[in-house]
Amino acid sequence: MGRVWSSSKTEQLEGVKLLLIQPVDAKGADAGSPLVAADAIGAGAGDTIYWCRGKEASLAMLPAEVGADSAVVGIVDSVTTHEDA
Amino acid sequence: MLIGRVVGQVVASAKHESHSGQKLLLVETLDLDNEPTGLSYIAVDAVDAGFGDRVLLTMDGWAAMTAVGLPRSPIDTAIIGVIDHVELDS
Repeated sequence: MGRVWSSSKTEQLEGVKLLLIQPVDAKGADAGSPLVAADAIGAGAGDTIYWCRGKEASLAMLPAEVGADSAVVGIVDSVTTHEDA
Repeated sequence: MLIGRVVGQVVASAKHESHSGQKLLLVETLDLDNEPTGLSYIAVDAVDAGFGDRVLLTMDGWAAMTAVGLPRSPIDTAIIGVIDHVELDS
């Protein structure tokens, strides 16, 4: 849903794209508060994505050592629920 | 760990390389009356769970990546069991 720019940040965050993401429920409706996540895969505005929480988010950027607690790790093509089947 | 039900499957072609070949399932967490809590999560499947299965969900990264055998991967949630039965003391 957007991007965040920060000029004064840790060196590790240099060159890391920070995305503003809005969590959604299974039907795509907004669910919960927006958050900021580092982009590990080249996601863009409007993409439906999934992200990783916590210290494991840093592992998405390996071998770069980036201290971040949320990272976008996939772009969702589709979600199939039982209602669709 | 949490109890949940598998309600969907997620397909993502652009994703972190460590997720290649992993089954990603949408899991809705349940309360002790088996009613949905309203929260759902995408989990990597470590036990070949299917639609409608009641499952054991770990939401700790180290536990999740260990369960699927992918150390040092950005994984925070995994299905680590299919629940047969829950017994509650009355």
